[in-house]
Amino acid sequence: MRTDLTRRTLLKGAAGTALVAGIGAPAVLRAQTSDVIRVGHLTPLTGFLGPLGEYAVMSIKLAVDQLNEQGGIMGRKVELISEDSVNPSTASSKAQRLIERDGVALIIGEISSASGLAIAEVAGRTKTLFVNTGCNSDALRGADCNRYMFHVEGANSMYVKASGQALLRDGMIKGKKLLSLTADYAFGHDLYRVADRFVTQNGGEFIANDLVPTDATDFSAYILRIRQAQPDLVISNLAGNQITSFIKQYREYQLPFPIAGFGFDTALAWGAGAGAMQGTWPCIWYHTISTPSSQAFTKSFSERYGKPPENQAWGEFVAMNAIARAMEETKSTNSDDLIQHMEKGAKFDVLKEREGYFRDWDHQLINEMYTMTPKEKGQMSDQWDLMELSAAVPGADQELEVIAPSKEENACTFA
Amino acid sequence: MPLELVFLLEQVVNGLLVAAYYLLIALGLSLIFSLAGIVNLAHGAFYAIGAYSAVVIGNRFGFAASFVCAPLLVAAIGMVVERFLFRRFYRADPVLTLLLTFGLAMIAEQSLRMIFGAAPIPFSMPEWLSGVVFVGDFIYPKYRLGMLGVAAAAVLGTWLLINKTSFGKIVRAGVQNPDMVGVLGISLAPVMTVMVAIGVGLAGLAGVMLAPITGVHPAMGNEIMVAAFVVVVIGGLGSFWGVVLAAILVGVVRGITVYYVPPAAEASMYLLMFLVLLVRPRGLLGERIEKFE
Repeated sequence: MRTDLTRRTLLKGAAGTALVAGIGAPAVLRAQTSDVIRVGHLTPLTGFLGPLGEYAVMSIKLAVDQLNEQGGIMGRKVELISEDSVNPSTASSKAQRLIERDGVALIIGEISSASGLAIAEVAGRTKTLFVNTGCNSDALRGADCNRYMFHVEGANSMYVKASGQALLRDGMIKGKKLLSLTADYAFGHDLYRVADRFVTQNGGEFIANDLVPTDATDFSAYILRIRQAQPDLVISNLAGNQITSFIKQYREYQLPFPIAGFGFDTALAWGAGAGAMQGTWPCIWYHTISTPSSQAFTKSFSERYGKPPENQAWGEFVAMNAIARAMEETKSTNSDDLIQHMEKGAKFDVLKEREGYFRDWDHQLINEMYTMTPKEKGQMSDQWDLMELSAAVPGADQELEVIAPSKEENACTFA
Repeated sequence: MPLELVFLLEQVVNGLLVAAYYLLIALGLSLIFSLAGIVNLAHGAFYAIGAYSAVVIGNRFGFAASFVCAPLLVAAIGMVVERFLFRRFYRADPVLTLLLTFGLAMIAEQSLRMIFGAAPIPFSMPEWLSGVVFVGDFIYPKYRLGMLGVAAAAVLGTWLLINKTSFGKIVRAGVQNPDMVGVLGISLAPVMTVMVAIGVGLAGLAGVMLAPITGVHPAMGNEIMVAAFVVVVIGGLGSFWGVVLAAILVGVVRGITVYYVPPAAEASMYLLMFLVLLVRPRGLLGERIEKFE
């Protein structure tokens, strides 16, 4: 048997050792330092929500870098650990690892309502704060609510009521027949439930609700069903890439029935491009909002990434900065201290006209919403300037809470 | 005719358009599968590359240019992949080619993500192809009729190439017995390169054709892969017309399912595959191929 050590095997061994050391070292460092605040970030980077997750990651990196440039939080450096949450079971195990092995102070992120619920369960069990930036299901704020979960993302009710108010104003709900295309998973089902309640309360009726699998790419068969049903209004309760495919193909068939959405993400409109969009869509934030903090965010994001932020980027940025502010004000990174502080109604800059606050009984961020409609091609200043933003909903003379789900609609008790 | 039946019939006919969509993707997969014995898990990646090249070329030179150039570009990439990667694995354990093409698919998807970002990028069909045509009460987007024509031409062209040319004779002999072809003094290597290029080029063509309809995003290849495999499996390994028949079947069954049970749309093809395999384990028109037995 040859046992002599050649130069090649020696090199291989050295490289291997270096690799192992490289992987091992951060773990050791992580366990020892206490002068950093570690923030865990989970969001889907693959699958039909991946396009939104990418914006989430860009934005949280920007927020953390900005905080560190300003000297960190309470003089402590912020360290970000951001990972792909993939699906509910992976999200759950990653959340557990982030909390128990990496010792993160809190977890921010997620987009899928199903994965959000999985993370919330871990957060509740380990008594660690989870700030949801992208899951819309009312159920997460209601039946599945959790003292350790806060919601920067708007609830489905908020999206429905924002869009619904505009549709009511335009006379498209009362006495009308609506048809819904609904994403066939937790978010879509929840959205349809809320939409149906709103439409029924306002004298309209859903004559059909077609559930669409999340991996559907061809909508022609659904569009033929719409043509057959002859509704007064087509409602998209779709999600992720489904929305892009649907609006492109709906345009292709040139049906006369107007469409509107109860759930939306700007990145998907950008993906469909000018000319494909039509109808009224809800929106939680758009980069044309002209408040100084909103424009500052848009400017620094665009400079760094070469394109403006969209609504998911807003979620991460607002969540990170709200938490940083709460930590500074409480002088603590302890989840229970932070929860107490935020439950007292602490106000935050949410890059809009009016400040936002977390509601104490369901932890929903109460803030303004908007609706948007496509701009004429000639009026767009660039490819991102696709949509015309409405005035804020609710109007300046109304309480912010009117668009949020009420206790009767969405009861939550923190056990 | 009762109205109910008209709508059902409309879905069935629409299924033919959807079949064109499945066919464009599955045909190339089946070709490479039967000739080279390679289960090309990267086929969806070539489809995605086709769509992205269409966007890049189309934005600069227009849709017609991307329709011609993007599939050729993808075919050229296919030739390189065949020459330097596939060729080493023709006689290797099939598990290795699975790993190879799976790896290629991941590399391609991540590369697209790094270059173009994860968000879908816009690409619309040319004005002269948008709009709809009414046949009686049925509605057809012009673009999809065009796609049906392209798919039919691709099928016909490939069939003629394989069945009516001397090149095709070598291909068919190679499928049945590569060793005998070698003994006869004919080198299969360039034939393989060409066939892989054609198969992959068809995926690229599918990418170009579908880019204006579905979103162009990095994971689009993955989305379509499973459906393509289902079509190939239903059609039967190595069977040319089997793939065509299966694509039509899947399209029509999906249309009928959407009509009656919308949420089961994507599930219908798996049920169909299950039933077909129960009755015909080699697929509808599957042939007995010596080297796979």
